[in-house]
Amino acid sequence: MTSVLAAEGVTKRFGPIEVLHGIDFDLRPGEVHALIGENGAGKSTMMKILGGYQPPTDGVLKLDGAPVTFADQRGAESAGILMIHQEFNLASQLTVEENIFLGREKKRGFLLDHRAMQDEARSLLERLNCHVDPRTRIADLSVPNRQMVEIARALGRRARLLIMDEPTAVLTNRETDILLEQIDRLRAAGTAILYTSHKLDEVRRIADRVTVLRDGKHILTRKAEGFTEHQMAEAMVGRELSDLFPDKPAPGTETVLEVEGLDVPGHVTGAGFALKRGEVLGFAGLVGAGRTELMEGIAGLRPSTGTVRINGKALKRGSVLAAREAGLVYLTEDRKEKGLLLDKCLRENLTLLALDKFSGLRIDRNAEEAALDTAIREFDIRVKDREMVAGSLSGGNQQKLLLAKTMLAEPQIVIIDEPTRGIDIGTKQQIYGFIAELAKAGKSVIVVSSELPEVIGLASRVVVMGRGRIAGELSGPAITEDRILRLAMNIAEEAPTEEPA
Amino acid sequence: MTDTTATPARSRSIPSLKVIGPVLALVLLIILGASLNSNFLSYGNVTNVLARSAFIGIIAVGMTFVITAGGIDLSVGSMAAFVAGVMILAMNSLIPTLGIGVPLVLAGMVVALAAGFAAGWVNGLLISKVGIEAFIVTLGSMGIYRSLITWLSDGGTLSLNYEARSFYRPVYYDGILGVSWPIIVFALVAILGELAMRHTAFGRHCAALGANEQVAKYSAIKVDRVRMATYTLLGMLVGLATIMYVPRLGSASGSTGVLWELEAIAAVIIGGTILKGGYGRVWGTVIGVLILSLIDNILNLASIVSPYLNGAIQGVIVILAVVLQRDRKAAD
Repeated sequence: MTSVLAAEGVTKRFGPIEVLHGIDFDLRPGEVHALIGENGAGKSTMMKILGGYQPPTDGVLKLDGAPVTFADQRGAESAGILMIHQEFNLASQLTVEENIFLGREKKRGFLLDHRAMQDEARSLLERLNCHVDPRTRIADLSVPNRQMVEIARALGRRARLLIMDEPTAVLTNRETDILLEQIDRLRAAGTAILYTSHKLDEVRRIADRVTVLRDGKHILTRKAEGFTEHQMAEAMVGRELSDLFPDKPAPGTETVLEVEGLDVPGHVTGAGFALKRGEVLGFAGLVGAGRTELMEGIAGLRPSTGTVRINGKALKRGSVLAAREAGLVYLTEDRKEKGLLLDKCLRENLTLLALDKFSGLRIDRNAEEAALDTAIREFDIRVKDREMVAGSLSGGNQQKLLLAKTMLAEPQIVIIDEPTRGIDIGTKQQIYGFIAELAKAGKSVIVVSSELPEVIGLASRVVVMGRGRIAGELSGPAITEDRILRLAMNIAEEAPTEEPA
Repeated sequence: MTDTTATPARSRSIPSLKVIGPVLALVLLIILGASLNSNFLSYGNVTNVLARSAFIGIIAVGMTFVITAGGIDLSVGSMAAFVAGVMILAMNSLIPTLGIGVPLVLAGMVVALAAGFAAGWVNGLLISKVGIEAFIVTLGSMGIYRSLITWLSDGGTLSLNYEARSFYRPVYYDGILGVSWPIIVFALVAILGELAMRHTAFGRHCAALGANEQVAKYSAIKVDRVRMATYTLLGMLVGLATIMYVPRLGSASGSTGVLWELEAIAAVIIGGTILKGGYGRVWGTVIGVLILSLIDNILNLASIVSPYLNGAIQGVIVILAVVLQRDRKAAD
């Protein structure tokens, strides 16, 4: 079968650094080809080359078997190659219809033909089973719906090849299912699909073929059939993976955090739970259950009412600084928008939360540099250059920097929201290790995560939330995926699952 | 700065055009000025240029913090006129109780600083606590102060009592070791501002706030308080500039301080501070102020181009400064 697009011996250098070493890769019509690898393995660069965003330094691209060079992304687009970005490429103040037709608006004479565009937009979205009014502004759409609009936009441009960069990173399980169904449909219609994801179970479900990259090298390409998640992970990491999760540390008996009757207006009602010293407490629930809002309420980032006590002392509501001073810090799920200053250097990012530890009247630059040395060493942050900006770190290293920044405040209680979103399996394992070490060192950790294996693998007790309330609590061997989901979705079980704290 | 920990890749390579661009422009202007007129580098001319730069300069240092923190203040020009008016009225009315002398001048200074503080504080309050956009708030207060000073002076000029003026005059014209007070005060403000921006938590917080307010909030920075502080600081610096300005002419009117806000903003931008916030440098602002004053001065001294074209040339320089900085960024 001829490929839609093939790369032969593609190499990419940035200055003296070679990030891709002679990669062969091809995409066939009606096939989902998954590209997997750790952060920094060269997936993004490969996708950008295929999508026409960057030219290869060496090697050729072949379109339908004939060599081709794309001047830019528009060139690739006119050949039917479309990329769907992890960070959406939509104008948030424009409507769905305007976005779908951006740059190729339908006209009648001089005027825009709104009716025709709306009709076509609607039918494109219906093909995706997405019932959004084309006149809605993007800013008013949920994240998964924005994803659907991106795909509709690509379909509207008659995509022969769809490059999907971690499309499910922001989706819930149910939304992921819908997306995978759509991919099935596109495949059946003969579209070639390049799919990347850190979620290996998805890759196994959807891919026909899998290619593994590691450190810019092509490791293998094989049929997805019979390729287990464990094998994939090992091919990506290049070594035997011992257990992904460290041993669960035994929690102490002393209660460090008590939350009672906490309301976060519009999101959470009457939440209450307790946290022990040295405990890793998991928070599970569907997206929108109010977990992040509850944690932001506790940490003073959102207005809230109710009682929060740290070591028996009531914590002032609505002050991040008061929470930090009482020893509680919250590590956001959104490291790019809320966690790090992407245009600032590592040092300034690292010390921002605990800056008062470095400044009397004047900031002690040497102490900051020393702290950066320590952070790089302890958290294994891979930096090319100490003066680089945080935005040029890979996702996993950004997360480590964020963790280092948070720990610099020497908290007693750490709330980590989505500790491993969008990062590779090797770094995940490291971060799980850090979390277990924190608990062993007597700190208490709350892990909020949408990835159930993560909650199950890390926490000795799990609180499940649903629709803004605490739906129940599980501990020890009772923590299973099935029970968590039943609680989260409020489905009864034969035996009662709620257990006393 | 000492480098004790000796880690690799710490030291910076050759300063980029972005860093030395404004300095180069200033040096070129000085060379140009000196070659056009032999009086350009004379003590009298240099002192004159620097002293006149001091008003805008002191304000522009404050503006650097406001812009770095992602804000803008359009009201400083009319605020200066208003503060000058209030100061003159207060001093005139205090003459019967305090007489002409140091206490009167000190009282006037306190009034000016307090008025500047209050005006900046109100701007800050409306912007950070009430949550109205800085552009709108300060556009409004710009009109309000301009109108108030015109009303206070009844459409004419408010003059300081003649004797009080003579007593106060040295604050503009005298100095230490031949350096006049406005220059000394400007230099002090600039040095303190530079230190505050680069070496204190406040400066770091301003930059963080301008770069990404959410990140600042999540990093336990009291975002509202920092923002309030930048506007209040600017207001006080407007008060300080007024203290230096009033003894020069001894009067205030509806046309005092017209377009100062734009000159201050232009100086900040020429100096390399980013208009949308997140990065600011006070020393750059000082250079920006000097560049603007030198252009004015050179046009007045040399008769090649009409001084009436001053504004046009300054405009070109502002646009050019931004274009050069953007090119640097694109080339990275």
